[in-house]
Amino acid sequence: MSGYTDKIREISQRLLKDCSVEMIIGFRKGTQPMMNEPFVVRSAEDVDQLIWDSNCGINLTNYLTNRTEKIGIIAKGCDSRNIVTHILENKIKRDQLVIIGVPCRGMIDRRRIAMLAEGEVLAVTETDDAIVVKTGTGENEYKKSDVLQQNCKVCVHRNPVIHDELVAEPVEEQQDIDRYADVRDIEARKPEEKWAFFDELLAPCIRCYACKNACPLCYCPTCFVDEAKPQWLGKSQDPMDIRTFHFLRAYHCAGRCTDCGACERACPVGINMRLLTKKLEKDCLDQYGWEAGMSLDSRPALDIYRPDDPEAFIK
Amino acid sequence: MKVIKIDKKDWAKGIKALHKAYGLIGPVKEKEYFTFQVLSGGTIPDLEFRNTRLSPKAVVFPQSEDMFEYSLDDSREDHHLLKEVEKDYSPRVVFGIRPCDAKALELVKMNFDTDEYKDPYWLNLYEATTFVGMACDSPCSTCFCTTAGTGPYHEEGLDVLMADNGDSYLAKLLTDKGEKLATSAGWADSAGKSDVLAAKKTAAEAKIVSTVSTEALSGKDALELYNADFWEDVSFACINCGTCTYVCPTCWCFDIQDEVHGKSGKRMRTWDSCMFPIFTVHTTGHNPRATKLQRVRQRFMHKLKYFVDKYDKGIMCVGCGRCVRQCPVNIDIRRVCETMNSFGSDNTCAVQSS
Amino acid sequence: MDNPYLPFQVRIDDIIVESEDNNLKTFKFVFLNKEDEVKFNYSAGQFAELSIPGKGEIPIGIASSPVEKGFLKFTINKAGVVTTHLHNMKVGDIMGIRGPMGNWFPWSTFEGKNILIVGGGFAFTTLRSSIIYLLDPANRSKFGNIDVVYGARTPGMLLYKDELVEWEKRDDINVHITVDNSDDPDWKYNVGFVPPITEEKAPQGGSDSYAIVCGPPIMIKFTQPVLEKLGYDHDHIYLSLENRMKCGIGMCGRCGIGKELVCKDGPVFTLTEINKTPREY
Repeated sequence: MSGYTDKIREISQRLLKDCSVEMIIGFRKGTQPMMNEPFVVRSAEDVDQLIWDSNCGINLTNYLTNRTEKIGIIAKGCDSRNIVTHILENKIKRDQLVIIGVPCRGMIDRRRIAMLAEGEVLAVTETDDAIVVKTGTGENEYKKSDVLQQNCKVCVHRNPVIHDELVAEPVEEQQDIDRYADVRDIEARKPEEKWAFFDELLAPCIRCYACKNACPLCYCPTCFVDEAKPQWLGKSQDPMDIRTFHFLRAYHCAGRCTDCGACERACPVGINMRLLTKKLEKDCLDQYGWEAGMSLDSRPALDIYRPDDPEAFIK
Repeated sequence: MKVIKIDKKDWAKGIKALHKAYGLIGPVKEKEYFTFQVLSGGTIPDLEFRNTRLSPKAVVFPQSEDMFEYSLDDSREDHHLLKEVEKDYSPRVVFGIRPCDAKALELVKMNFDTDEYKDPYWLNLYEATTFVGMACDSPCSTCFCTTAGTGPYHEEGLDVLMADNGDSYLAKLLTDKGEKLATSAGWADSAGKSDVLAAKKTAAEAKIVSTVSTEALSGKDALELYNADFWEDVSFACINCGTCTYVCPTCWCFDIQDEVHGKSGKRMRTWDSCMFPIFTVHTTGHNPRATKLQRVRQRFMHKLKYFVDKYDKGIMCVGCGRCVRQCPVNIDIRRVCETMNSFGSDNTCAVQSS
Repeated sequence: MDNPYLPFQVRIDDIIVESEDNNLKTFKFVFLNKEDEVKFNYSAGQFAELSIPGKGEIPIGIASSPVEKGFLKFTINKAGVVTTHLHNMKVGDIMGIRGPMGNWFPWSTFEGKNILIVGGGFAFTTLRSSIIYLLDPANRSKFGNIDVVYGARTPGMLLYKDELVEWEKRDDINVHITVDNSDDPDWKYNVGFVPPITEEKAPQGGSDSYAIVCGPPIMIKFTQPVLEKLGYDHDHIYLSLENRMKCGIGMCGRCGIGKELVCKDGPVFTLTEINKTPREY
């Protein structure tokens, strides 16, 4: 990915200078290892703060919702699919956007690295294939493919599906990936085992809502968790309310989720709630041959009627 | 003040003795993370931890807590009458609380223990608890306690301060509660006259490399800070989740909720967050802090300006660094504090030199 | 330790429909335990949390006056979950009240001074409490002239109509009633918004005069320059603010405006004080 940052700055500077856009939404270097901060640049002088590396896992489409400006946005494969979804759902207009596409080789899993490292991670650097982790006791090198986020490991759409600029040649898409091994593993369990599994999965939840707020799909003006008249959901740590939140949220993402992993990445207590959305993603693919955000020309699976629908309810 | 020595060989024995007189709470490793938990019979608190992801504030301020219960069954004589929920306020001890988190308790106490009103839930738990601190010899790179009014060996808010000293722990008994605990545990060996603790304190403080500047905050005009341009930049990345407020040891905001199942109901309180839009929304739909910028500004202004002005006890932050580490989008309170503290200083210079 | 979250138990003793749209009702409460009435020692301008088991709590200004003994009165607009439920409750129903809460209009400061009271809509409740307090024979002589400007959208939306008529007749208080518009041909009072009527009818301000203003934000916004024009200093103008509240005792953190908490440091602030805080209400 070397050279991406330079190219991003070069394109951004050009777009800002010739007034093609009012702002660029990208990332700036974070204060923490493996953390970059979503960032908006409004003047050409500031483009040097923009960076790109394997720590840009937050989905920037989240920052487009209902904006009215002309915007340049940096988009890896999954972000681009969410941009498509945003356009289809009228959250932003295509002609407001200059999409600066980033062919992606995956984002690194900061929790996994923290777990592998001995002691606190003080600095992380990367080359194309390797991640070097510095701790108080020394340095360790990991193969990047071994420390990718789970969703990046099984990603088959690394290249932006829609773009106006491209910072590099497209990367080769991953072939022969078993995308749904984890989902099948859960599907194979008995109902009570599933119940126990989800109980344990969601037990650490503190209801901070980082997952839904990091998700570009969760843009409702008032989320169902906040509805007061009537109130749908209790606000305590009652496990039933916590489950309701996660399950209902996942269903709201059915046919829309691109498995960008922002929810899981954002969770401060490390819950893999992707397992829920992943199951729905798999069902959409199995039942409708649908993958979200691949094209501006087709309506989402749950948003369209076809006369040959196999389900009887439609007839 | 008495400093005693607890041989690590006697640690488990003392804990066992304490199980009889106290409820025990301490850090426990669960999967790869430490959390503060009630220690069931025989469990020994694991003091080999760095920092917990969540602060131990829940020890005195549970995330959700029942306050009252009632019946809505009209055929009952006591229908619609709130009754206090039975609570266990028997003595408890929390082990391994970090000095920063203990100081946070003292800050939060200013909110819950006022001249006019006392919050019985918080105060009863607080008073029932003996706080045994664990001094911090290997701080994280994100710890900035020494410039946030506390430090790795800070004693405020603690009844006992323990420090690891190789084969033994040194324990400074800071209050009567602390003395009583040591007696119950059978820990009585005097550490003698020793400078070890002082030396360890100096060494630990030297390891805190991250800092904030706060000296200019109280002199700033609140409205000028409020109206500053930098909030747009500070707040852009924020996704308005409640992570920073929930992991923070000093955030105390809460909600009160009624929940009814069938004919029986309860009134409870739960943590709440100024990051959530619903926090301030009026019944009319009007929201005084309707935008992300307003909410982010509120959080930092409360911690670093309003609190400073209201109590004159420094900032409402103890430098534990949890929000820095856990924020999904890396909004860093140290950076914001620096921006606020240095805000307008150019102008001040210009005025002074003219 | 007294539990400040535990409400006093009260029974609904009377319900009066105040407005033509039926959305405003005045509830009269009596304490189930007589000794609680003594504990509930309040001043005009304070509020309380009305507490309905199963529904929640709602902060409402106290409409009865400290000089009225044996009951409490609140006039409630049907708006949210709690108030809607309350509107469906009946005489005899049991519920709770926590309070009194917040500060009040500084009556000792006002002694010997003229007082201008400006109110609009259903925010007139604590102003009613104040007027009853001021007109009480034991109090009236302590204060100078009293002027009241009170407006509602229509004649049918005016609160406390019987009392308004009574005050009209008195010579120790000047009452200026106004409505935004009226289709009543016999309407004999003012027609117009509160700010221009205030400008027209209210006395000049000065060091011997204080103004109290309660009403919707838009009314407050446009009344402010009128009062300035009339010569009322910012620290002689008192406003009562509203914000979302839960605890009502300064602990839950949501009603803050800057370092002030509306529930505990307010709800009554001078304009000078408000001008120093962010307008987050």
